[in-house]
Amino acid sequence: MPNSAIEVKFIAIGVSAGGFEALNTLVTQLPADFSLPIAIVQHRSVDSGGYLAEHLNLHGQIQVKDVFDKEPISPGIVYLAPPDYHLLVERGHYFSLSRDDKVNYSRPSIDVLFESTADIYRQACLAIILTGKNSDGAMGLAKIVDSGGAAIVQDPDSAHARDMPVAAINSVPSASVLSLSQITDYLMTLDKNQN
Amino acid sequence: MELTEIAEIEIDTLLDAIRRRYDYDFSNYARSSLKRRINGLLIKEKLEMPYQLIPRILYDEEVFNRFLSELSVTVTEMYRDPEFFRNLVESIFPVLNTYPYFKIWHAGCATGEEAYSLAVLLKEAGLLDRAKIYATDYNNKSIDIAKQGIYSAENVEVSNKGYLKAGGMHRFSDYYTNHYDAIKFNDELRNAITFAYHNLVKDGVFGEMNLIICRNVFIYFDSELQNYVLNLFNESAISKGFLCLGNKETIRFSILKDKFATLSEGNSIYRKKD
Repeated sequence: MPNSAIEVKFIAIGVSAGGFEALNTLVTQLPADFSLPIAIVQHRSVDSGGYLAEHLNLHGQIQVKDVFDKEPISPGIVYLAPPDYHLLVERGHYFSLSRDDKVNYSRPSIDVLFESTADIYRQACLAIILTGKNSDGAMGLAKIVDSGGAAIVQDPDSAHARDMPVAAINSVPSASVLSLSQITDYLMTLDKNQN
Repeated sequence: MELTEIAEIEIDTLLDAIRRRYDYDFSNYARSSLKRRINGLLIKEKLEMPYQLIPRILYDEEVFNRFLSELSVTVTEMYRDPEFFRNLVESIFPVLNTYPYFKIWHAGCATGEEAYSLAVLLKEAGLLDRAKIYATDYNNKSIDIAKQGIYSAENVEVSNKGYLKAGGMHRFSDYYTNHYDAIKFNDELRNAITFAYHNLVKDGVFGEMNLIICRNVFIYFDSELQNYVLNLFNESAISKGFLCLGNKETIRFSILKDKFATLSEGNSIYRKKD
């Protein structure tokens, strides 16, 4: 498990197939006053609308929202990449969106979020890869670690789909491999250590 | 100095060279996506670092044209976001109908798909004769494509579905003729739209518009440039004129937010207050 005393200012999560259940487990356990911003890329269909945010808001404490362009990044909010847009982090603590070509057949793409996160937050970020059936995020996770950030990958054996975690571990062998409940516990500890 | 800071200097220097050589200013583009596009061009040009682009762009206009295309060509199709078009027909067309003559500015029209989508719906509402449609972009190559009104037939099924979802009342195929694997829009539609060069970053007000549509262009601008362009739109619109942005673009974070009333949060439709 990564050191929970590290200074983290931003958490980025990438998830694909099986993501609804994984996020339903993880996000709904976070407290309303969670001290860090969390950005999530969940691969989903263009016409899935705002259902995921609605569901997570209904069943959890922490506020969840689909990102609007140039939305400021605030602690204690879970930001979802909207369907059909890439989500990027900009200098000055806000998001931007793009409709550039798909990356790894995906828009939003996890690599796009992770690369800009590494660029802006350097060592002060944590990136997490959860369940999925492709290899999006593997390259971005390597960039996070190259810039000094921390990496966690869901244990492939406990994931609904193992391909994405396996690709991420192959790309970043030093990543911490944890079960979903261990990841949740780690986020809680990280939260407590922020103050 | 950290490597990332040095990389920033590299990008700034490249953008400065482009601004001074070609009078295109990208310094207020959203930096993270701009960097991705520059990286995309580096791969195509078989280069490794942004600074290597500087001499190529300075001395070879073709390289600059490829840079411009990399930055300006956006994914666009007919009736993308059909709910937006439906909202336009239901909420805004009735107001346009109260004017004997009205003007529409489609800013950042790229290769013109959305401008034709709009013209078809105006035609069906019986409003096309009274409309003057200006569709502008800063890439002359895109404008040339838009003027021709010829598009691949590959996506016509998707376009037809979007047309029906948007509230289209006839058949989408009534509005174009087939030419092998391409479609060409009818003269009536092509003549109704004036395609022209306009760069939102440096060109002036486009006057007296009843409706301004600028979708998925703001996402590539930083907050400062968004404010600048929003002010340009505010000055170009008539009193009570409409402004439509992309579905995930909002004026909520802008210093000009009080100049407009929100008609649809989900479809980002606004109306100038006075």
